[in-house]
Amino acid sequence: MAHVTPGEDDALLDGIERAAFDYFRQTVNPANGLVADTTRNHWPCSIAVVGFALSVYPVAVERGWVARDEALESSLAALRFFRDSDQGGRRDSTGYKGFYYHFLDMRSGKRMWRSELSMIDTALLIAGALTARMYFDAETAQEAELREIADELYRRIDWRWSQHGGKTIMQGWKPESGFLHYGWEGYSESIILYVLALGSPTHPPGPDIYKAWTATYQWENLYDIDFLYGGPLFMHQFSHAWIDFRGIRDRFMRDKRSDYFENSRRAVLVQREYVRRNPHEFIGYDEECWGLTACDGPSAGDPDTIKAGRRLFGYAARGVPFGPDDGTLAGWAAVASLPFAPEIVLTTMRTMARRYPEMCPDHRYASGFNPGLVDGDGKFWVSPGHYGLDQGIVAMMIENHRTQLIWRLMRNCAYIVTGLRRAGFTGGWL
Amino acid sequence: MNATPMRQQRGDGILADEAAERERMDNVRPVDWLNPLPAQQYDLVVIGAGTTGLVAARTAAAKGAKVALIERHLLGGTCLNIGCVPSKAIIRTSRVYAEMHHADQYGALVPPRIPVDFALAMRRVRDIRARISRADSAQRLTAAGVDVFFGQAAFAGVDALTVEGTTLRFKRAVIATGARPDLPSIPGLAEAGFLTNENAFDVSEAPRRLLVIGGGPLGCEMAQAFGRFGVRTIIVQKQPLFLPREERDAAQILSEAFMRDGIEVRLNTRVVNVRTEGGQKIVDLVSDDYASTVTVDAILTGTGRVPNIDGLALEAAGIEYDTHRGVHVDDFLRTRNRRVYAAGDACLAHKFNDTADASARIAVQNALFRGHQRLSALTIPWCTYTDPEIAHVGLYVRQARERDLPVDTFTIPMHDVDRAIADDEEVGFVKITVKERTDRILGATIVARHAGEMISEVTLAIAARIGLRTLARVIHPYPTQAEAIKKAADACTRAGARSRVRQLAGRPER
Repeated sequence: MAHVTPGEDDALLDGIERAAFDYFRQTVNPANGLVADTTRNHWPCSIAVVGFALSVYPVAVERGWVARDEALESSLAALRFFRDSDQGGRRDSTGYKGFYYHFLDMRSGKRMWRSELSMIDTALLIAGALTARMYFDAETAQEAELREIADELYRRIDWRWSQHGGKTIMQGWKPESGFLHYGWEGYSESIILYVLALGSPTHPPGPDIYKAWTATYQWENLYDIDFLYGGPLFMHQFSHAWIDFRGIRDRFMRDKRSDYFENSRRAVLVQREYVRRNPHEFIGYDEECWGLTACDGPSAGDPDTIKAGRRLFGYAARGVPFGPDDGTLAGWAAVASLPFAPEIVLTTMRTMARRYPEMCPDHRYASGFNPGLVDGDGKFWVSPGHYGLDQGIVAMMIENHRTQLIWRLMRNCAYIVTGLRRAGFTGGWL
Repeated sequence: MNATPMRQQRGDGILADEAAERERMDNVRPVDWLNPLPAQQYDLVVIGAGTTGLVAARTAAAKGAKVALIERHLLGGTCLNIGCVPSKAIIRTSRVYAEMHHADQYGALVPPRIPVDFALAMRRVRDIRARISRADSAQRLTAAGVDVFFGQAAFAGVDALTVEGTTLRFKRAVIATGARPDLPSIPGLAEAGFLTNENAFDVSEAPRRLLVIGGGPLGCEMAQAFGRFGVRTIIVQKQPLFLPREERDAAQILSEAFMRDGIEVRLNTRVVNVRTEGGQKIVDLVSDDYASTVTVDAILTGTGRVPNIDGLALEAAGIEYDTHRGVHVDDFLRTRNRRVYAAGDACLAHKFNDTADASARIAVQNALFRGHQRLSALTIPWCTYTDPEIAHVGLYVRQARERDLPVDTFTIPMHDVDRAIADDEEVGFVKITVKERTDRILGATIVARHAGEMISEVTLAIAARIGLRTLARVIHPYPTQAEAIKKAADACTRAGARSRVRQLAGRPER
């Protein structure tokens, strides 16, 4: 790749970032600001995707892809909707205790699919709301209103309630059956959730919550790489979309003489070591073609996949080194690690796009593709349509790599700063 | 007693099977057994003749003590008759079927038809049980100087108990009554009928559809074994992962192994009602707010074990107990009554055969020979015999972190081990946890086809305080799967070297 100039890299990144942003424009309901989880027909809104949308609008304004007024309008529509939404916690409400159901009807904004009131997805939504609050800083009536609503949405979240008397935050709640806990342990994308909870001036969680969560961490030496273990790549990316972890450390990272940013770089190295070994001998895996993460993949019931003769996982959190792994990769997952390992990721992006252009036509990445699963026409499997989470993280991480826009905004967010400090982070920009 | 090995006589399977059972019963509960006349006073009376009781009685008798052993049911207890031995025998056969189905994975042809003869597998179980029962037969125990009494024991004071109307006086006693399945209280379950490890090995015909309740070790082992016999198996677990005590990756790998075996996995799910219709068992399940119903032919419960303390009249001897923990003991395994000790499942949280054995030796040493051995000094490994097996010893990372003990973990996926690749047994890992920046081993989890065999090396290292880097200098035969342990040791050695170089160079750790 020595012949690729920085300018060419920038043009490539610009194209991908723009295509990712266009997803939100394409799938937003302008009336209420809700954004669809995927481009598939009749798919509901995912509240996390709205969080990504709110974070990507400022990027688009800065890049000149959309006027500030238009971005402000879309942001306000979403924030007003959530402010005015039914918080009764009933089966067809929108939320409860400041949290929201994971999936909402695109038009009415009511709960869909009997989905759970989701703590992590609410955190991603609120991170987006706070990003908008930091960006729209003009002394106009509308921007002031936006800031006020974002503040109100954040402040009304009852984090203490979400602990359900336990040490950590529960993962969900349903009006039909109460709290859900899926037994997630260990490092994950949840730092943003805990930092937002700890920053709350109104309903903070118990003081030991962060210690209780980090007690489940597993620091491992895997393939001769020391890192805080998390299998799927997205775990090493989502919180980083908003928080600049360079040089700041909590107690765990101080003890380990590392930081979360460096850890995400090592997660890239672990992915490369895994695909180099390729224990299941899947087609396409090598050091310039990787990306095992939560993504869409083929299912046993899909046409042309039965004959594959192996287990297929559909939409699943694929991870290394213990799987699940069915030969499905996510090109976008490599891109979303750009800030951590730019030299590796840029090469990987180009190689993957050259080998498998069908997984990123017009620069927009499919959720997943499986190079070894080929149909009767010789075409490998590509996830149909696009997913908002993928596009959101791609746009944010490319922007953070290029200008650190989101990181700069959030470094000045008092709630984030307070949350980080209460979690024990020190050093660097803090 | 018929001491002729039945396996040699086996021509007609049925006759041989009956003969095997007859041999076993002759060994473990002879029909014509007459309890001996009791001694005036015993140095040691052992109540219960499972693993714990047998070890206690034999150990004490070998050292010259006058010993009585009381058993109300069968010598050998759970382990021989209804636990470890039969379940491992059945698991072995189920592995053969699994390998036949996946023969192409090993470069062999998948047989065009793989008929399952469940009765044949169960006969093999009974043969093996009979063979192993010879070692601790009533006759052999008597020959070893142990007075064997069959019947229910009950304390009649602080230094006496009765069995079948006979009073036995003792200087010391060990309660080794073991545990039994903890039966879930699910409406309709008792009426519908269900299997536990106590009767699962008596069935001679496999059910067509089976529901296993409970995702602990027993439930997991049995679900996989029955599933591999071609039984359409559903396993229901209340919690979000199987084997909740084990680390997440181990439980995750097990879930996937189940799915590969065609077992239907229902996590976060409770059984709320059972009823029988037309000979079928209709089972209502609830997962969060989602209710469903499944129809099966048999139900097997594996929801834990409770101590056997009923009928012992422990109060008469001033012994404290509760129905959950069993007999209360201190770290020396002594009860509130200074003459009475307890060991094994009747009093321990770790209900494993090997731990029962070790605790029996401690109890005897402390009871009879003024020992001061502590239970807490034991290094206790355990293993769940699924495929892959899941074995653990020492601290979990989580426990270390909860105690603010900084640790490093060296992880070797089995796909990095040549022998595992050659055997096509790459699923799993070795994780060895050491005190941070040292090689002092605190714990290990191994998930591998033969994890139960492999964990002993790490257990030895912990018990003998051998550092992980020393294991790197131990030659491991190549190729073996245990080489994974050496690779972890090598990684620890390299990490130590890197750290020292950085310190010398004055560079930060990363």
